[in-house]
Amino acid sequence: MSNRLRQTPSQTLGPFFAYGLTARQYGYDFDQLADGRIARDDTTGTRIQVTGQVFDGAGALIEDAMVEVWQADADGRYPDAAAFADRHAFHGFGRCGTGADPARRFVFDTIKPGGHDGQAPHLNVILTMRGLLLHLFTRIYFADEAAANETDPVLALVPEARRNTLIAPLVQPGLYRFDIRMQGDDETVFFDV
Amino acid sequence: MSGFSRLQPDVQPGLIDPGYRSTGLRGPKAPLIRIPHGLGETSGPRFGAGWVGPQDADLTQNGRCNGEPLGERIIVTGRVLDEYGRPVRDTMVEVWQANAAGRYIHKSDQHAAPLDPNFRGSGRCVTDGEGRYRFLTIKPGAYPWRNHPNAWRPNHIHFSLFGQGFASRLVTQMYFPGDPLLQLDPIHNSVPADARELLIARFDIEATEPEWALAYQFDIVLRGPDATPMEP
Repeated sequence: MSNRLRQTPSQTLGPFFAYGLTARQYGYDFDQLADGRIARDDTTGTRIQVTGQVFDGAGALIEDAMVEVWQADADGRYPDAAAFADRHAFHGFGRCGTGADPARRFVFDTIKPGGHDGQAPHLNVILTMRGLLLHLFTRIYFADEAAANETDPVLALVPEARRNTLIAPLVQPGLYRFDIRMQGDDETVFFDV
Repeated sequence: MSGFSRLQPDVQPGLIDPGYRSTGLRGPKAPLIRIPHGLGETSGPRFGAGWVGPQDADLTQNGRCNGEPLGERIIVTGRVLDEYGRPVRDTMVEVWQANAAGRYIHKSDQHAAPLDPNFRGSGRCVTDGEGRYRFLTIKPGAYPWRNHPNAWRPNHIHFSLFGQGFASRLVTQMYFPGDPLLQLDPIHNSVPADARELLIARFDIEATEPEWALAYQFDIVLRGPDATPMEP
């Protein structure tokens, strides 16, 4: 253990990330690695949209958060380096700031992932923003996967009263809503990954 | 399956930091719930060499409109390693920063300092076979913020890295040696005292380009597969 190097400490994303990480989404005239469109036109799977807002401990809408999603394909497989070598493949990665949408939502257009390793279908999420010194991990599960959610080993680690913060309700066909609350009685569950 | 190493609490900041005011309503208060590492944590986005263009790592070129950007040209280079010192190859490094006057092109930056029409302040590159990255840029200026009266951020460059899996993601900031604002900066000071040096680049005369640009070396250590190294 003693010969391990010390990790580089984390620091906040800050408020001015948009032209660096989400340039096109915010109207700058240069590109970004990934945006809210995770599924391509030719991606196999059930089309879904996942959207939500982020709220601080006073209930105020957070306008400068960045949400990233990492997900499996419809068969429960995560894209590998070979998939990323093909610009036109499914990459399973999305990135969306909350400052560009008039309602300060993040929006992901994707396909519902397959489950894997006994886990229910879910989106892995990184949330970061000004005021977070470390990025946070959470997950988006789907309310219409109740049977799979019942046996999910990660949800089982979450106290029952807080599990619903991780389960996105289906608000209309194909559209899931996932709001994130940083603090308070219904604070979203964040993981120590 | 074996997981990735965990965060080292003796080097990482906390989520709610009394000196950094914005953490008060944004840092979660409930304890984080530890989960084992599965496929979703040990795999991750693999943006490689095909995702960078020829000028992406040269911030003195990629924002040009009608001339050269103003300020001190510098080289920022280093290696991306895991905790066992193994190079992290072919991994994406994204950077963004203020210009020489301390102004970001970001639309919500209201600081009364000039924009530079020839400087954008963002770039990316992918590490080579030894985990090395290299940017040519302009030394960023300090700028004020409203955390406390007369608060100024030290000169810094923002870094975003993916590493080998979703669990190894890192967002951080690189600082410059000898900056008098460092000891006054609540963001830098959110890191335990004896780990703060890890965020300060080292001036490196060997990496300078004579008659062209000074160089700073900033090595980055990411979490990675938690294999115990062989010991005799």
